[in-house]
Amino acid sequence: MAKASLRDLDYKVLQQCMHCGMCLPTCPTYITSKLERHSPRGRIALMRAVADGRFEAGTELAREMNHCLGCLACTTACPAGVDYGTMFETARAETEANHTSGGPMRRFYRWLVLEQIFLFPARLRLVGWLLRVYQRSGLAGWVRRLKLPYLLGRDLGDLEPQAPVMESPFSDGRIAPLETPPPGVPVRGRVGLLSGCIQSLAFGSVNRSTVDVLLANGWEVETPRLQSCCGSLHAHNGAPELARRAARALLERFDPSRLDAIITNAGGCGSHLKHYAALFPEGELAAPARAWDAKVKDIHEFLVATGFRKPVARAGETVRITYHESCHLSHGQGVRQPPREILRAIPGLQLVELPEADLCCGSAGIYNILQPGESQRLLERKTGRIGETSASLVATANPGCHLQLARGLRQRDAAVHVTQPVVLLAEAYQREQSA
Amino acid sequence: MAARLKRPLRLSPVRLYGASLVTPALAALQEITGPGGLLTDRADLIPYAFDGTAELFQLPLAVALPSDTAQVAACVGWARENRVAVVTRGSGTGLSGGSVPLPGCLVLCLARLDRILEVDPLNLTLRAQPGVITKEIDDEAARHGLFYPPDPGSMKISTIGGNVAENSGGLRGLKYGVTRDYVMALQVVLADGRVARLGNACVKDVAGYSLKDLFIGSEGTLGVITEVLLKLLPRPAARKTMLAIFSSMGAAAEAISAIIAARIIPCTLEFIDQTTLQCVEDYTRIGLPTHAAAVLLIETDGHPAAVADEAARMEEIVRRHGADEVQVAADEAEGAKLAMARRQAFSALARVRPTTILEDVTVPRSRLAEMVGFVSETARRHQLRIATFGHMGDGNLHPTFLTNERDREEMERVHHALSEIVDKTVSLGGTVTGEHGVGLAKKDYLKRQFDEASYDLLRSVKRALDPGNLLNPGKIFDLDPA
Repeated sequence: MAKASLRDLDYKVLQQCMHCGMCLPTCPTYITSKLERHSPRGRIALMRAVADGRFEAGTELAREMNHCLGCLACTTACPAGVDYGTMFETARAETEANHTSGGPMRRFYRWLVLEQIFLFPARLRLVGWLLRVYQRSGLAGWVRRLKLPYLLGRDLGDLEPQAPVMESPFSDGRIAPLETPPPGVPVRGRVGLLSGCIQSLAFGSVNRSTVDVLLANGWEVETPRLQSCCGSLHAHNGAPELARRAARALLERFDPSRLDAIITNAGGCGSHLKHYAALFPEGELAAPARAWDAKVKDIHEFLVATGFRKPVARAGETVRITYHESCHLSHGQGVRQPPREILRAIPGLQLVELPEADLCCGSAGIYNILQPGESQRLLERKTGRIGETSASLVATANPGCHLQLARGLRQRDAAVHVTQPVVLLAEAYQREQSA
Repeated sequence: MAARLKRPLRLSPVRLYGASLVTPALAALQEITGPGGLLTDRADLIPYAFDGTAELFQLPLAVALPSDTAQVAACVGWARENRVAVVTRGSGTGLSGGSVPLPGCLVLCLARLDRILEVDPLNLTLRAQPGVITKEIDDEAARHGLFYPPDPGSMKISTIGGNVAENSGGLRGLKYGVTRDYVMALQVVLADGRVARLGNACVKDVAGYSLKDLFIGSEGTLGVITEVLLKLLPRPAARKTMLAIFSSMGAAAEAISAIIAARIIPCTLEFIDQTTLQCVEDYTRIGLPTHAAAVLLIETDGHPAAVADEAARMEEIVRRHGADEVQVAADEAEGAKLAMARRQAFSALARVRPTTILEDVTVPRSRLAEMVGFVSETARRHQLRIATFGHMGDGNLHPTFLTNERDREEMERVHHALSEIVDKTVSLGGTVTGEHGVGLAKKDYLKRQFDEASYDLLRSVKRALDPGNLLNPGKIFDLDPA
């Protein structure tokens, strides 16, 4: 495959932008800065200038593209259907390829994380296990108190507390490779479950809930062991070749023809998982990738489309809940109402709308690590909005958002608990049993 | 639309690479605007080299981001001293090139003057800085049960200062008028750097010339607006929406005339033509009758009893005038669904080809059907795709060219077709621009509409208020006869 570059990008993709400005009020970085270069239209202007040979794809372009969250809010707002996602990934790939995106240290960490850890599920699990030991042994507390991470540099010191808490056991320890609905629930078909990378280490319980909900609705669930990262991390961070490697590995683990759907429960992954065909436009993987794309469904989308069973109400007090949209679930996949419908169907919950629910929380994959300042500004705006709702629960459907919101609410000492729609639905089904 | 720009599109004569090369003059400007208030790097300037108009691109010398009136005045003073042209800009959504930079100019971006200063529920006014987003004005009014009616298509991002400078319209023109009808007072930085307050909160005011009106729609050529005082209305309590489908544009136009003759003024009277309908259906697949020649979207608002009565009468009238089908929304949600075809029109059109050129010729309402017919006939003659939609109630059409600016030959035909549409508009007693402004795009057409005496008057006003030709020079018209 040819090296991705803006000059080779079909010019129609760039030219489709008519610079009307409708994307501006939805762009988080424009909202916080009010500077055109930090807007989708401004970034497209820079990319187009590169394609036209009027501007160099150098450090300034790299800085700007790294400042973009890739939240895709602009694609929802765009009247002209501009494919910003493709432009964004192409520009990032180009600035990575020409090494304008950062120094050797950054390149080392990037190589380590993208190439050496996330492509190998066993290595990732080892890292998860080490992290879990570290977090549980009490070592973490001492290390933090002694400010040891700061010996390795300020960045690492700021980062260490952001590491997600590793659950025990991991996802594979909670879910059997094949599970079937309990007696009394008629089988409707069989689905595959994408357990995710970080999701399976830090949110195995969410995966468990996803399986429980599917079982309760009559779906057999196949969950292949030790699944690799889906490659969205690689695609969004300018490494298309690695993204293809990750995709190839996953395509080998599932057979779409035997499954009614392949279920993903992480918004960020789903938005990438549904577009494997774009990674393999030709060759032997083109047809399997197309078959795959047709089967990948977000869990909320799947439950609502196939008609999920509403849990039976029990007496009890009502809890106020609000819902934060994962960018790649709403803007990337267009799944907006299904998670809300699920929350509304759960007895005992009163859903109140979150103002700016579809504005990015600043997590954006590893953006919170690479652009901590902007990430923090967006996080504070988000937790402020959550405060306005007086909700005691906030639901979201993406591990990155979940961690980011929990961290932001902790910073504020807010008594708001972060959870996910499938977890609440699984709990509601469980309460029926114990009644 | 910008095609007619005579000046070759080239990069600005001054190229700056970072702070080290900033000239002493720019250092003085930096002093005025403070840290982060001046942009001079190429990567910062490229995103300010255009507005919402197709085909226009020009790098400025620098972009200043003042944060109060004093800074604006100081920037204008700096520009006068250094003989640098000033182009004022809000969110850069204009469709006639009014805020496109000029070579070597200073762009004065007012996005940071973004505060609503006061809502006065006793006098029904709202005072705001020019960088406030139009929609936020109406949202704030709504919190007080009040209403700011002008609703240009870009209201989610356009600034109120830009709306006043362009005298923007919107969908509610027929019943509620345009931006001008809601401006009670302005604070303006004049070309000589002084700050003038024009108008006041009084409904009646005949003290001297109505100077504020000179600045409304002046497209940044006479002064820099730094504060606006707007009139608000009570918010209508009810609204009713209906959709009517016609097999001829003439029948649709007659139905409209009959509604007006029945002494009903709907708040929305929008139409989309067959080409638009086809594109909307291709895009949304909501089952629109693509054989229809025109679809009308009609809304009435006000007191619930009046709304119910007007809606019933309008339904009867459109049926009597040959509507093939009439759908009346039962509630607001259904109304929003009906409005979808019209609301999605621009999105649907913008996806068809790489370049979308949105025109806004306007004719007296009674000539609208004739004009729409002429546009589609012109499209056929020049083998172009032109979809027309717009505001049937006020005669404001949006012939939308679906084209490709990189196709020189096709653009040539676009310009010929546009020129013919303009001539026809003028011959029907219309105007070359109903709501987008003249800017650079319609500069040449303005002469066809104005007689010599009135065209000279434009120049006299400009010379009197901006003798140094400092503010947005060369927009609307050239000062020196060519």
